[in-house]
Amino acid sequence: MTASDAMTAPIPSFDDDEEDGGRKLVMICSKGSLDMAYPGLVLANAALGEGIETHLFFTFWGFDIINKKTMAALKFTPVGNPATHMPQMLMGLPGMTSFATHMMKKQMDGLGVPDVPEFLDLIHGAGGHLWACRMSADMMHLEEDDLYDGVEAIISASDFMEISAGAQTIFI
Amino acid sequence: MPVVTIHEREVHLDEEGFLTDPSEWDEQLAHELAANIGLELSPRHLEVIAFARADAAEHGETPTLRRMTAVGGFPTKELFQLFPKKPAKKLSYVAGLQKPVGCV
Repeated sequence: MTASDAMTAPIPSFDDDEEDGGRKLVMICSKGSLDMAYPGLVLANAALGEGIETHLFFTFWGFDIINKKTMAALKFTPVGNPATHMPQMLMGLPGMTSFATHMMKKQMDGLGVPDVPEFLDLIHGAGGHLWACRMSADMMHLEEDDLYDGVEAIISASDFMEISAGAQTIFI
Repeated sequence: MPVVTIHEREVHLDEEGFLTDPSEWDEQLAHELAANIGLELSPRHLEVIAFARADAAEHGETPTLRRMTAVGGFPTKELFQLFPKKPAKKLSYVAGLQKPVGCV
Protein backbone atom coordinates (compact mmCIF):
# COMPACT_ATOMS: atom_id res chain seq x y z
CA MET A 1 0.00 0.00 0.00
CA THR A 2 1.45 3.38 -0.91
CA ALA A 3 1.61 6.19 1.59
CA SER A 4 -1.33 8.05 0.10
CA ASP A 5 -3.50 4.92 0.13
CA ALA A 6 -2.60 4.24 3.73
CA MET A 7 -3.93 7.66 4.62
CA THR A 8 -7.29 7.02 3.05
CA ALA A 9 -7.80 3.38 4.01
CA PRO A 10 -9.36 3.07 7.47
CA ILE A 11 -7.67 0.56 9.77
CA PRO A 12 -9.59 -0.95 12.69
CA SER A 13 -7.90 0.10 15.94
CA PHE A 14 -8.54 -3.12 17.94
CA ASP A 15 -7.61 -0.99 21.00
CA ASP A 16 -4.19 -2.59 21.07
CA ASP A 17 -2.68 0.52 22.62
CA GLU A 18 -4.71 0.08 25.81
CA GLU A 19 -2.35 -2.63 27.03
CA ASP A 20 -3.08 -3.86 30.53
CA GLY A 21 -4.83 -0.69 31.57
CA GLY A 22 -7.78 -1.98 29.57
CA ARG A 23 -11.07 -3.39 30.70
CA LYS A 24 -11.47 -6.05 33.38
CA LEU A 25 -14.66 -8.02 33.93
CA VAL A 26 -15.71 -10.17 36.88
CA MET A 27 -18.83 -12.31 36.95
CA ILE A 28 -20.20 -13.89 40.09
CA CYS A 29 -22.08 -17.06 39.11
CA SER A 30 -24.41 -17.96 41.96
CA LYS A 31 -27.08 -20.07 40.24
CA GLY A 32 -26.93 -23.72 39.28
CA SER A 33 -29.72 -24.09 36.78
CA LEU A 34 -28.94 -24.55 33.10
CA ASP A 35 -30.59 -21.31 31.99
CA MET A 36 -28.71 -19.31 34.63
CA ALA A 37 -25.35 -20.90 33.85
CA TYR A 38 -25.33 -19.74 30.25
CA PRO A 39 -25.39 -15.93 30.66
CA GLY A 40 -22.08 -15.94 32.57
CA LEU A 41 -20.47 -18.40 30.18
CA VAL A 42 -21.60 -16.61 27.02
CA LEU A 43 -20.53 -13.18 28.28
CA ALA A 44 -17.19 -14.48 29.58
CA ASN A 45 -16.43 -16.07 26.24
CA ALA A 46 -17.38 -12.89 24.39
CA ALA A 47 -15.32 -10.72 26.74
CA LEU A 48 -12.25 -12.90 26.26
CA GLY A 49 -12.66 -12.69 22.49
CA GLU A 50 -12.49 -8.91 22.86
CA GLY A 51 -9.24 -9.06 24.79
CA ILE A 52 -10.89 -8.23 28.12
CA GLU A 53 -9.36 -9.72 31.29
CA THR A 54 -12.13 -11.99 32.58
CA HIS A 55 -12.74 -13.73 35.90
CA LEU A 56 -15.61 -16.01 36.89
CA PHE A 57 -16.29 -16.56 40.59
CA PHE A 58 -18.53 -19.51 41.38
CA THR A 59 -20.48 -19.42 44.62
CA PHE A 60 -23.43 -21.20 46.24
CA TRP A 61 -25.57 -22.98 43.64
CA GLY A 62 -23.19 -21.76 40.95
CA PHE A 63 -20.88 -24.50 42.18
CA ASP A 64 -22.90 -26.97 40.14
CA ILE A 65 -21.40 -25.35 37.01
CA ILE A 66 -17.85 -26.36 38.03
CA ASN A 67 -18.60 -29.48 40.08
CA LYS A 68 -17.35 -32.40 37.95
CA LYS A 69 -20.32 -34.49 39.10
CA THR A 70 -23.00 -31.99 38.07
CA MET A 71 -21.55 -29.71 35.37
CA ALA A 72 -22.70 -31.86 32.47
CA ALA A 73 -26.15 -32.41 33.97
CA LEU A 74 -27.52 -28.96 34.86
CA LYS A 75 -31.29 -28.72 34.67
CA PHE A 76 -33.84 -26.16 33.62
CA THR A 77 -37.18 -25.96 35.37
CA PRO A 78 -40.17 -24.03 34.10
CA VAL A 79 -41.65 -23.92 37.63
CA GLY A 80 -42.23 -20.36 38.72
CA ASN A 81 -41.01 -18.98 35.43
CA PRO A 82 -43.84 -17.07 33.69
CA ALA A 83 -41.58 -16.38 30.69
CA THR A 84 -42.08 -19.96 29.49
CA HIS A 85 -45.69 -18.90 28.72
CA MET A 86 -46.98 -22.28 29.85
CA PRO A 87 -49.75 -22.98 32.39
CA GLN A 88 -47.92 -22.88 35.73
CA MET A 89 -50.12 -25.58 37.30
CA LEU A 90 -48.75 -28.17 34.88
CA MET A 91 -45.10 -27.17 35.16
CA GLY A 92 -44.58 -28.95 38.46
CA LEU A 93 -45.79 -32.33 37.17
CA PRO A 94 -43.32 -35.22 37.39
CA GLY A 95 -40.97 -35.37 34.42
CA MET A 96 -41.55 -31.78 33.43
CA THR A 97 -38.04 -30.62 34.46
CA SER A 98 -36.38 -33.40 32.46
CA PHE A 99 -38.55 -32.62 29.48
CA ALA A 100 -37.88 -28.86 29.66
CA THR A 101 -34.16 -29.49 30.12
CA HIS A 102 -34.10 -31.79 27.13
CA MET A 103 -35.88 -29.20 25.00
CA MET A 104 -33.55 -26.41 26.06
CA LYS A 105 -30.44 -28.49 25.38
CA LYS A 106 -31.77 -29.38 21.96
CA GLN A 107 -32.38 -25.72 21.17
CA MET A 108 -28.91 -24.72 22.35
CA ASP A 109 -27.35 -27.48 20.31
CA GLY A 110 -29.27 -26.34 17.25
CA LEU A 111 -27.81 -22.86 17.70
CA GLY A 112 -24.30 -24.28 17.91
CA VAL A 113 -23.96 -23.35 21.58
CA PRO A 114 -21.61 -25.74 23.39
CA ASP A 115 -22.63 -27.64 26.52
CA VAL A 116 -21.34 -26.48 29.90
CA PRO A 117 -18.11 -28.55 30.14
CA GLU A 118 -17.10 -27.59 26.59
CA PHE A 119 -17.89 -23.95 27.35
CA LEU A 120 -15.57 -24.11 30.37
CA ASP A 121 -12.84 -25.58 28.14
CA LEU A 122 -13.37 -22.73 25.71
CA ILE A 123 -13.14 -20.07 28.42
CA HIS A 124 -10.16 -21.72 30.08
CA GLY A 125 -8.40 -22.06 26.70
CA ALA A 126 -9.01 -18.39 25.97
CA GLY A 127 -7.25 -17.38 29.19
CA GLY A 128 -10.30 -16.84 31.42
CA HIS A 129 -9.79 -17.17 35.17
CA LEU A 130 -12.07 -19.51 37.13
CA TRP A 131 -12.35 -19.22 40.91
CA ALA A 132 -14.39 -21.16 43.48
CA CYS A 133 -15.84 -19.80 46.72
CA ARG A 134 -14.31 -21.08 49.98
CA MET A 135 -17.49 -21.00 52.03
CA SER A 136 -19.53 -22.84 49.39
CA ALA A 137 -16.81 -25.48 49.07
CA ASP A 138 -16.86 -26.02 52.84
CA MET A 139 -20.66 -26.12 52.91
CA MET A 140 -20.82 -28.73 50.18
CA HIS A 141 -17.75 -30.66 51.37
CA LEU A 142 -15.96 -30.20 48.07
CA GLU A 143 -12.24 -29.86 47.37
CA GLU A 144 -10.27 -28.72 44.33
CA ASP A 145 -10.14 -32.28 43.01
CA ASP A 146 -13.94 -32.33 42.84
CA LEU A 147 -13.97 -29.24 40.62
CA TYR A 148 -13.36 -28.64 36.93
CA ASP A 149 -9.61 -28.84 36.30
CA GLY A 150 -9.38 -25.28 34.98
CA VAL A 151 -10.49 -23.81 38.33
CA GLU A 152 -7.41 -21.99 39.61
CA ALA A 153 -8.16 -22.09 43.33
CA ILE A 154 -10.76 -22.08 46.05
CA ILE A 155 -10.58 -18.57 47.44
CA SER A 156 -12.06 -16.54 50.29
CA ALA A 157 -14.33 -13.53 50.04
CA SER A 158 -11.35 -11.27 50.81
CA ASP A 159 -9.28 -12.88 48.06
CA PHE A 160 -12.18 -12.18 45.74
CA MET A 161 -12.04 -8.50 46.72
CA GLU A 162 -8.41 -8.35 45.63
CA ILE A 163 -9.10 -10.11 42.35
CA SER A 164 -12.08 -7.92 41.52
CA ALA A 165 -10.32 -4.63 42.33
CA GLY A 166 -10.97 -2.14 39.55
CA ALA A 167 -13.18 -4.56 37.60
CA GLN A 168 -16.69 -4.24 36.29
CA THR A 169 -18.59 -6.80 38.36
CA ILE A 170 -21.76 -8.60 37.33
CA PHE A 171 -23.81 -10.75 39.69
CA ILE A 172 -25.73 -13.60 38.10
CA MET B 1 -17.96 3.37 2.06
CA PRO B 2 -14.29 3.98 1.22
CA VAL B 3 -12.81 2.58 -1.96
CA VAL B 4 -9.04 2.45 -1.89
CA THR B 5 -6.50 1.45 -4.47
CA ILE B 6 -4.01 -1.18 -3.47
CA HIS B 7 -1.55 -2.32 -6.12
CA GLU B 8 -3.56 -0.61 -8.84
CA ARG B 9 -6.59 -2.54 -7.76
CA GLU B 10 -9.72 -1.11 -6.20
CA VAL B 11 -10.71 -2.59 -2.86
CA HIS B 12 -13.99 -1.86 -1.09
CA LEU B 13 -13.89 -1.35 2.66
CA ASP B 14 -16.52 -0.63 5.29
CA GLU B 15 -16.15 2.36 7.60
CA GLU B 16 -13.96 0.46 10.03
CA GLY B 17 -11.66 -0.87 7.32
CA PHE B 18 -12.96 -4.43 6.84
CA LEU B 19 -13.26 -5.65 3.25
CA THR B 20 -16.86 -5.81 2.08
CA ASP B 21 -16.21 -8.16 -0.83
CA PRO B 22 -14.12 -11.22 0.05
CA SER B 23 -13.40 -11.86 -3.63
CA GLU B 24 -11.20 -8.75 -3.72
CA TRP B 25 -8.82 -10.45 -1.29
CA ASP B 26 -5.58 -12.23 -2.13
CA GLU B 27 -2.63 -13.40 -0.11
CA GLN B 28 -0.55 -10.34 -0.88
CA LEU B 29 -3.35 -8.14 0.43
CA ALA B 30 -3.50 -10.29 3.56
CA HIS B 31 0.14 -9.52 4.28
CA GLU B 32 -0.51 -5.81 3.92
CA LEU B 33 -3.65 -5.85 6.07
CA ALA B 34 -1.70 -7.82 8.70
CA ALA B 35 1.11 -5.26 8.64
CA ASN B 36 -1.51 -2.53 9.24
CA ILE B 37 -2.32 -4.08 12.61
CA GLY B 38 1.21 -5.09 13.53
CA LEU B 39 1.08 -8.75 12.54
CA GLU B 40 3.48 -10.71 10.41
CA LEU B 41 1.82 -13.70 8.77
CA SER B 42 3.34 -17.15 9.15
CA PRO B 43 2.31 -20.22 7.13
CA ARG B 44 0.12 -21.19 10.12
CA HIS B 45 -1.69 -17.84 9.97
CA LEU B 46 -2.39 -18.51 6.30
CA GLU B 47 -3.76 -21.96 7.16
CA VAL B 48 -6.17 -20.41 9.66
CA ILE B 49 -7.15 -17.71 7.18
CA ALA B 50 -7.73 -20.28 4.43
CA PHE B 51 -10.12 -22.24 6.63
CA ALA B 52 -11.99 -19.10 7.74
CA ARG B 53 -12.43 -18.00 4.11
CA ALA B 54 -13.55 -21.42 2.93
CA ASP B 55 -16.01 -21.73 5.80
CA ALA B 56 -17.38 -18.23 5.22
CA ALA B 57 -17.78 -18.94 1.50
CA GLU B 58 -19.67 -22.13 2.27
CA HIS B 59 -21.94 -20.80 5.01
CA GLY B 60 -22.25 -17.16 4.05
CA GLU B 61 -21.05 -15.93 7.42
CA THR B 62 -17.70 -15.42 9.09
CA PRO B 63 -16.91 -18.28 11.50
CA THR B 64 -16.87 -17.41 15.21
CA LEU B 65 -13.91 -18.33 17.37
CA ARG B 66 -15.74 -21.35 18.70
CA ARG B 67 -16.41 -22.54 15.18
CA MET B 68 -12.75 -22.09 14.28
CA THR B 69 -11.95 -24.44 17.16
CA ALA B 70 -14.87 -26.88 16.96
CA VAL B 71 -15.01 -27.26 13.17
CA GLY B 72 -11.62 -25.97 12.01
CA GLY B 73 -9.70 -27.81 14.71
CA PHE B 74 -7.51 -24.82 15.64
CA PRO B 75 -7.01 -24.73 19.43
CA THR B 76 -8.40 -21.58 21.08
CA LYS B 77 -5.07 -20.88 22.76
CA GLU B 78 -3.24 -20.96 19.46
CA LEU B 79 -5.73 -18.56 17.86
CA PHE B 80 -5.07 -16.13 20.71
CA GLN B 81 -1.34 -16.48 20.06
CA LEU B 82 -1.63 -15.95 16.31
CA PHE B 83 -4.09 -13.06 16.54
CA PRO B 84 -3.51 -11.57 20.00
CA LYS B 85 -6.30 -10.17 22.17
CA LYS B 86 -9.11 -10.03 19.61
CA PRO B 87 -8.59 -13.14 17.51
CA ALA B 88 -11.97 -13.29 15.77
CA LYS B 89 -11.91 -9.66 14.64
CA LYS B 90 -8.26 -9.60 13.66
CA LEU B 91 -8.63 -12.83 11.74
CA SER B 92 -11.68 -11.48 9.89
CA TYR B 93 -9.85 -8.28 9.00
CA VAL B 94 -6.77 -10.03 7.61
CA ALA B 95 -8.88 -12.68 5.85
CA GLY B 96 -10.92 -10.04 4.05
CA LEU B 97 -14.14 -11.03 5.82
CA GLN B 98 -16.72 -9.14 7.83
CA LYS B 99 -16.70 -9.43 11.63
CA PRO B 100 -18.50 -12.56 12.90
CA VAL B 101 -22.10 -11.90 13.96
CA GLY B 102 -22.65 -14.99 16.13
CA CYS B 103 -22.57 -14.71 19.94
CA VAL B 104 -20.67 -17.92 20.56
